[in-house]
Amino acid sequence: MNVRRSLLGLLWCLGSVGFAGLGHDHGDTGRSLWTTGMEWPAVQDGLEVLILQNYNTRLVVLSTAILGLASGLVGSFLLLRKRSLMGDALSHACLPGIALFFMVMVSFGGEGKSLMGLLFGGTVTGVLGVAMVMGIRNTTKIKDDTAMGIVLSVFFGLGIAVLGMVQSMPEASAAGLESFIYGKAASIVMQDFLLIASVALVVVICTLSLMKEFTVLCFDEGYISAIGWPARVIDIVMLILVTAVTVIGLQAVGLILIIAFLITPAAAARFWTNDLRTMLWLAGAIGGISGWFGSSVSALMPRLPAGAVIVLVAAVLFLFSMFFGNARGVLLRFRAHRHLHRKVGRQHLLRAMYEVLERLSDTPEGTLPRNVRVPIKDVHHKRSWSHARLQRLIAQAKREDHIEVFPKKIRLTESGFGEAARITRNHRLWETYLITHADVAPQHVDRDADRVEHVLGPELVGKLEEKLAADGHPLVSIPSPHLIATGRG
Amino acid sequence: MDWLAYDTWIVVVGALCAVACALPGCFLVLRGMSMMGDAISHAVLPGLALGFLLTGSRASLPMFVGAAVVGVLTAVFTQWISQFGRVDRGAAMGIVFTTLFALGLVLIVQAADRVDLDPGCVLYGAVELTPIDVAFEAELFGIVLEVPRAVVTLSAVLALNLILILVLYKEFNLSSFDPELANTCGINASLMHYLLMSMVAVTTVASFEAVGSIIVIAMLVVPGATAYLLTRRLSMMLLLSGAFGILSAFLGHLGALTVPSWFGFDSTSTSGGMAVATGVLFTLTWVFAPQEGLVSRWFRPTEQDLEPLT
Repeated sequence: MNVRRSLLGLLWCLGSVGFAGLGHDHGDTGRSLWTTGMEWPAVQDGLEVLILQNYNTRLVVLSTAILGLASGLVGSFLLLRKRSLMGDALSHACLPGIALFFMVMVSFGGEGKSLMGLLFGGTVTGVLGVAMVMGIRNTTKIKDDTAMGIVLSVFFGLGIAVLGMVQSMPEASAAGLESFIYGKAASIVMQDFLLIASVALVVVICTLSLMKEFTVLCFDEGYISAIGWPARVIDIVMLILVTAVTVIGLQAVGLILIIAFLITPAAAARFWTNDLRTMLWLAGAIGGISGWFGSSVSALMPRLPAGAVIVLVAAVLFLFSMFFGNARGVLLRFRAHRHLHRKVGRQHLLRAMYEVLERLSDTPEGTLPRNVRVPIKDVHHKRSWSHARLQRLIAQAKREDHIEVFPKKIRLTESGFGEAARITRNHRLWETYLITHADVAPQHVDRDADRVEHVLGPELVGKLEEKLAADGHPLVSIPSPHLIATGRG
Repeated sequence: MDWLAYDTWIVVVGALCAVACALPGCFLVLRGMSMMGDAISHAVLPGLALGFLLTGSRASLPMFVGAAVVGVLTAVFTQWISQFGRVDRGAAMGIVFTTLFALGLVLIVQAADRVDLDPGCVLYGAVELTPIDVAFEAELFGIVLEVPRAVVTLSAVLALNLILILVLYKEFNLSSFDPELANTCGINASLMHYLLMSMVAVTTVASFEAVGSIIVIAMLVVPGATAYLLTRRLSMMLLLSGAFGILSAFLGHLGALTVPSWFGFDSTSTSGGMAVATGVLFTLTWVFAPQEGLVSRWFRPTEQDLEPLT
């Protein structure tokens, strides 16, 4: 029963992200469809939480949304700098500081629960950890990832060791310290909210005002020192901003899941745009929406930890972006790739047929060959294509009305013949150009031209014609500038 | 402080785990995939949870299988996202493991009323408690040894890793340094990649089931990196990393027992202690290594000094 219930709960929250607009009444149909033990929230409550009217959850929802926004912004630069996992090392490195400061505060007579103090401690060791990563990377042959792995595991181990001591302290209200590992969004009070909001505001302002510097650092590290900017200082400022976001996120989502806040929205935004500005506000928006929606769902459903739900919402948004993103999305690239693949295949088939026709034909050189039926076997020997591929290409060309198919033979249609003549002509124009103007050896030219010709636009072909006509090359029906291999056929 | 047979067993368990992790860890360091251990050890949480929820028992086998499968999936998903989505590999890894970890947390919390599958227990482990769970008793020179279950598990993992690395030494070596050359030589580099990832996943899961993930993450990366600073030969690196692993296991437990008493505490987590010990050994090597160390670099004449005066 439990398995079903938890899986259903999971489905509910994933499903309702998919239909974010319909999400509110989803709960109601859920009650009638699956009468499990799960208590589905009423529509009224759901709306209240989502539009921040519910007093109890308002702070939590707002805090996580703000946090998502700020970390999306900073995370974008981290992603572009290929340093995404720095957040991982950083957040783990905060733990010993938190535990140590708790000890220090208790031994100086405080009660050790001041969030500001603990987060300050976390910042100190976090910065120390980042400094150590940079130190290892700059003074040894060890690379970034290993340096981060070392800092992460050693600092985290230290944190656990100190926590182990703290827990034996008589003032062991330390139980709250573990919430920094998994996060405890529900414990956010007004004071915490003000802290999160003000730090996030500072981070956003700094990031936006240093955008030019960060951009140059991400895309051209050499250039930045060449124009005399202090590259290292800018780098450190960027990492300090990351540290700030990480530290304020610790309480809300915990040190493991804050990494997702830094990476996932930025990576999702990258699929939709190639423009940095757009990416920044998109990443901020995706982070904000994940925080807002995730913590709302968590507030409405019993026993769904906010940090985890937020991360799952962000992950769903990431997956959606990865497939449907209109700048670098997988489907888009897949379609473009298939389109090109088909185009190349069509051109190869038609040119191969045209070349066979030329060989079979008895018309004088420089005039068009006669369009007769061509044995498939001859075409097959023109290129190193498999039998199955050739069959697919023939079927495709037939659909496109370029050829007619007879038993063991194929014939170009009228439109196919024109297309084949044009393609062959372009290929040879390009070959001739390569031989006469680019000094490519005639034996190699066929393959070199093969790589480029499929992307030649009509404009470029026009220029080529002009250039070659000026040199006195015949342009009506161009003979191949090299010997055409006849293959085994 | 009294050193008991009990403490020796803890060190033995730690050392076995250290060597089992350090061997595949060397290849992770060389391939620039050091964060994989961290990623896998977080990502297997849903595997553990599902293994438990589906079978309803805390028997280790279903949980082990679930976790190992999810561990390998982590590597596969990372590869897919970075390949098809053209996302930086580090970022892809981060997305995959945080998502899986979040999924695991949700599953565990949902099941919390019936289970004490505390994520904290999974993550920190309790290497201190391993000697209690005795697998069998053996008699050696008249002394009765109560061999803990963890020793049996970890020895099996260590043996498996050793055999794999010894048998496929050439293949691992070549595909780590030059995957293209490996492919031309007829070694399937991506197969070796997934084999290594499976090895890391199985090692991670088996060892943190016994000793907790902190030791695993530390032992996968730090001894390998320490050895990397001292040698340029792969065979030597493997040997040294094993030695550093064993040394840190011993020093870590010793430190966890003694250091806290300087500050007036009893003792602390041995897992944490062992991780810190690897860090101390690394830092010492970083400073004093004969070739790569900070000190020798400081005193070594730079190229400018060696230039003839004009």
